[in-house]
Amino acid sequence: MPNTQQLEDITTQVRRDILRMVHKVNSGHPGGSLGCAEFLVALYNDIMDRKDGFDMDGIGEDLFFLSNGHISPVFYSVLARTGYFPVDELSTFRLLNSRLQGHPTTHEGLPGIRIASGSLGQGMSVALGAAQAKKLNGCKHLVYSLHGDGELQEGQNWEAIMYAAGNNVDNLISTIDLNGQQIDGATETVLSLGSVRAKFEAFGWIVIDIEKGNNIEAVLKGMAEAKSKTGNGKPVCVLLHTVMGNGVDFMMHTHAWHGKAPNDEQLAEGLSQNAETLGDY
Amino acid sequence: MKTYENTGNKDTRSGFGAGLTELGKTNENVVALCADLIGSLKMDDFKKNNPERFFQVGIAEANMIGMAAGLTIGGKIPFTGTFANFSTGRVYDQIRQSVAYSGKNVKICASHAGLTLGEDGATHQILEDIGLMKMLPGMTVINPCDYNQTKAATLAIADYEGPVYLRFGRPSVANFTPEDQKFEIGKALHLVDGADVTIVATGHLVWEALEASKELNEKGISAEVINIHTIKPLDAQAIIDSVSKTKCIVTAEEHNHLGGLGESVARVLSQHKPTPQEFVATNDTFGESGTPAQLMEKYGLNSDAIVKACEKVISRK
Repeated sequence: MPNTQQLEDITTQVRRDILRMVHKVNSGHPGGSLGCAEFLVALYNDIMDRKDGFDMDGIGEDLFFLSNGHISPVFYSVLARTGYFPVDELSTFRLLNSRLQGHPTTHEGLPGIRIASGSLGQGMSVALGAAQAKKLNGCKHLVYSLHGDGELQEGQNWEAIMYAAGNNVDNLISTIDLNGQQIDGATETVLSLGSVRAKFEAFGWIVIDIEKGNNIEAVLKGMAEAKSKTGNGKPVCVLLHTVMGNGVDFMMHTHAWHGKAPNDEQLAEGLSQNAETLGDY
Repeated sequence: MKTYENTGNKDTRSGFGAGLTELGKTNENVVALCADLIGSLKMDDFKKNNPERFFQVGIAEANMIGMAAGLTIGGKIPFTGTFANFSTGRVYDQIRQSVAYSGKNVKICASHAGLTLGEDGATHQILEDIGLMKMLPGMTVINPCDYNQTKAATLAIADYEGPVYLRFGRPSVANFTPEDQKFEIGKALHLVDGADVTIVATGHLVWEALEASKELNEKGISAEVINIHTIKPLDAQAIIDSVSKTKCIVTAEEHNHLGGLGESVARVLSQHKPTPQEFVATNDTFGESGTPAQLMEKYGLNSDAIVKACEKVISRK
């Protein structure tokens, strides 16, 4: 298993991948992708128990579902960097005939993807179904999911949150990316979520905060705690406090880079802040 | 002329329930989800016999569809159950992204379709569901005609890999399909031979079409009757072959004429064999409260309406 320095090196390379992917096609979502880089790198390289190769049913391994599909750049980069498909294929992001569609899909058969996402609010229900299938199959592995904080404005989430607690789905760890931003501005001003912790707790979930969601060690520690809470009759929610655009100073703490690509100069500046580690694709 | 015997009126939703009960015994991968309508969907027996494979999701249809998609990941074959309105329009985007685009093996089973759920009125009477579902790439759309065929269709879709919309209803309607008839997805059933007009019907309007063909026969008009239980994929060849002989066609369905079986037939014919066509369907309208028979009469969906449409289309030849 990689050590912390190695995970940080992977994260730096993933940031480069994200910037280069969205820059090339002048489209995509770098802000949320950068904010979740540490989390997804830690998840795929340490936290999850994964089999070699990919099969859709994923019996005998942990599963992950990305509900906020617009952060596909970070998802694709992490999948490629953990061996699901060739790293070179990252260069096809959002191009015609690519398996790396703007939002993740099973439709083009990209290994690592188990559901289409992008239309928001659907991923937790899918994760719940997969978690119930694991129980039916006697599979002790866990199901992980990731959701944007703004995404919680979609009502379907609360149907799923109610179901999970009401039916003791305790093999599910759903993480909320609390970056406080969405397309139109701060989540607080667009539509306040109030206390996300209080809401999940009121529905009957175990809630764990990872205050430093862009710190690898904090993510590892928090997710280990989350894992330790599974199997106790309750679903587990992780509140991952992140900074949108993390690792590229001019992209941080703003919603401006939610769905905007850097120009040539901005790309150069962003890359200069994240020196190549594993080698660019 | 070949005739069919009604072995006793039965509701098609009970055919679904009976099929699901059988699948509970024969296919361990079948799981069922219901959004607080177990009795209405006749899912009680499956639930009783297979409590671990039954998921009561409450009044939360969006979550139900998403969960069904997730359950396929792990090899389950989920059957979701609620009214047709809440199975389609309410959850269109969930079906579109999590089921159809994701290519998941989910069976969306919808009762109380069309006007004939009756007194509950237009909020519950969806007449657009066939259109909504057939527009989704990769979705199979099935609307069986009676109890026996609904049961056979329920069994058949479990053996088919891919998303399916199975549409049935609340009222008791004639049951005339042989009990042992195997259901073949996409294969039209040629029920009555005729020379003057083709009637292509789906759902319980197939029985109305058979009644109409008897009436027409008495008037000296020979009507061919075809049961199109699968609207997508459509058995285009069966339709083309029939109109090659009769030169005109009536389509009959408990659905809006926009987006239904009639339009699918018209598309096939306009491309391959332009033919005069009349539509027995609702005319871009919502429904209303009433008994099923009253509604069929008022909205022109019974055998009388089919007879009139046949006479009209023959005059256009």
